[in-house]
Amino acid sequence: MALFRRHRAIAALALAAALATACGSPAQDTAKATGTQDSVDAALKAGGSITYWTWTPSAKAQVAAFEQEYPNVKVNLVNAGTGKDQYTKLQNAIKAGSGGPDVVQIEYQALPQFALPGSLVDLNQYGFGAFQKDYTASTWSSVTVGNALFGLPQDSGPMALFYNKEDFDKYGIAVPKTWDEYLDAAKKLHAADPTKFITSDTGDPGFTTSMIWQAGGHPFSTDGRNVKINLNDQGAQKWTKVWDQLVQGKLLSTVKGWSDDWYRELGDGTIATLVTGAWMPGVFKSSVTAGSGKWAVAPMPTYDGQPVSAENGGSAQSVLKQSSNPALAAAFVRWLNHGNGIKPFIASGGFPSTTADLNSPAFLNAADPYFGGQQVNQVLTAASGAVAKGWSYLPYQLYANTIFVDTVGKSYLDGTAIGGGLKAWQASLVDYGNQQGFTVSAG
Amino acid sequence: MTSVLRPRRSRTLTAVMALYLLYTLIPLAWLVISATKTQPDLLSTPGLSFGGVFALFDNIGQTFTYDNGIFLRWLGNTLLYVVVGAGGATVLATAAGYGLAKYRFRGRQAVFAVVLGAIAVPGTALAVPTFLLFSRLGLIDTPLAVIIPSLISPFGLYLIWVYAVDAIPDEMMEAARIDGAGEIRIFLAVTLRQLAPGIVTVALFAVVATWNNYFLPLIMLSDPNWYPLTVGLNQWNAQAIGAAAQPVYHLVITGSVLTIIPLVIAFLFLQRFWQSGLAAGSVKQ
Repeated sequence: MALFRRHRAIAALALAAALATACGSPAQDTAKATGTQDSVDAALKAGGSITYWTWTPSAKAQVAAFEQEYPNVKVNLVNAGTGKDQYTKLQNAIKAGSGGPDVVQIEYQALPQFALPGSLVDLNQYGFGAFQKDYTASTWSSVTVGNALFGLPQDSGPMALFYNKEDFDKYGIAVPKTWDEYLDAAKKLHAADPTKFITSDTGDPGFTTSMIWQAGGHPFSTDGRNVKINLNDQGAQKWTKVWDQLVQGKLLSTVKGWSDDWYRELGDGTIATLVTGAWMPGVFKSSVTAGSGKWAVAPMPTYDGQPVSAENGGSAQSVLKQSSNPALAAAFVRWLNHGNGIKPFIASGGFPSTTADLNSPAFLNAADPYFGGQQVNQVLTAASGAVAKGWSYLPYQLYANTIFVDTVGKSYLDGTAIGGGLKAWQASLVDYGNQQGFTVSAG
Repeated sequence: MTSVLRPRRSRTLTAVMALYLLYTLIPLAWLVISATKTQPDLLSTPGLSFGGVFALFDNIGQTFTYDNGIFLRWLGNTLLYVVVGAGGATVLATAAGYGLAKYRFRGRQAVFAVVLGAIAVPGTALAVPTFLLFSRLGLIDTPLAVIIPSLISPFGLYLIWVYAVDAIPDEMMEAARIDGAGEIRIFLAVTLRQLAPGIVTVALFAVVATWNNYFLPLIMLSDPNWYPLTVGLNQWNAQAIGAAAQPVYHLVITGSVLTIIPLVIAFLFLQRFWQSGLAAGSVKQ
């Protein structure tokens, strides 16, 4: 169902247009003030009102709980759109210099894009740097750019293998531990029942970057002004070697992720596995009711059998520079992701970033009836500790994602080597970055 | 016998028309049929067949109550934008088009060129500059940010202009002047009636454009409480994506059906005017 897809394309264009000017001058935020939480506590006591943009479904319950705890603070909750739609508005508000929220949800992949031009508040000035030990290493590094801290992590998406146990049992397929075994499972399943596929993938930038991440690749690096892109590094090559065989062997379902067909195929066993973030159980339970009792979770397959994972999705809450009360906004962020806001978040099916919550016995040992009583958080929490280190996204990742379909997406469509598409993607990204005032080098 | 009044039937043309009819009706049929299904049925049955349960009324109920009944609010917003925006656009286009057609004044040619040029610029291209302009004025995230740009309809102005040139004889205006009527009175009492088919055509264009307006409100508004239906439905549609996804495809579809009903009704009622308006200027008298 392509409802409104055209409009999203137009919105993406506008986003690119808005970015064209916004990204021109990465701000030199040299003041690395490390303050204390006193001003935040004072702002909380004084009260006031702030605006919070988010699309996360748990926000309503969280805001209600916060306002009950701090009756002198009013939080104006606004759902300004999911993902890209919200970023377009955020970028417009930043460009206009007003009209933005005080606190905003930003996905990890989009964070550098707003952090580097100096649109977000460095939370070190409120002493939030002290919270580092409370978060998983991967989420903390996702909100840190250079020495600055641009948000507190809320949900995280360490990747795991979600598989349809019914399919696997029926055709006597073993749960793959390595990508080679995954390939074999794909062939065996499709041979046994040609209507079934190991997974669906039509070319998705978030998935591709996460897979390169897991394979040990570091395709993007930046110090703010200089950007290096290498989408043909060892990690990328390792991943494309496996994935080329799946694409060219026509072993993947070609329904588009998150479409109505995709939800249907998850429910009826057509798609046998999903390699995705730890937030997926929430989606399964609310929207793939037909698959209840059939699915199970295993660690993500690896190249050498040693456990290693990557992050996929997940977001943080940040304070916008244009906020008129940044201390109060920071207080709200602290409550949300380092205080009482975490509980309602987990209750709504979210997967947290705080190690204490990830490792609490109640969380770890919860038997999930959707997954046939499996203690899925055992697998998922283990994944959160096994995320490969040193990853960073591009400072214009959102733009990169919009042109992914024209380059790598084409390789998928034509059944040619994904490496060729990655090369084309890289060339476009180098050109674009240089036009935007970055100094981009390839290789 | 074939004649001008009874043209010969063309099989090719009939076939082309039939194809076009299918092309137009099948998506509509899909939409209406899908609106009768529950979300699980929607995801498990083929598009053009009914689901196990007839859930149309249940879906309508849910559409109006989901997320604290925000759909009703969006419907109200759309009506506000249509009545004030499209209504205002029609009034302005009528007055200006008539004035340009019937009065000679300095700069008339320049206005003509500007209007023609304005028709050629797509609204989407102006959206970002308009946004920056409005943010200077502090109008972002208010209904005015959607209404004010909707008030301008160069195409409507041009249509009225062309229509007025033919529909209002200069002799009639002279007669009215001799009888002592002022220019305002001539406009309101004499010529408006003559212009009615043209006005209805312009109004319909403006209503459809405002009702379907998507991009402008998308970038102007961030508070869902001011969204029109188009942007609101897209927000529901986008909910199906990513971490914490909450697909409500059945509500998106039912909401879409509810959204097109008022337009269908408007067309059925105003059809007669619409047809005579379309033919405006096609025959030289």
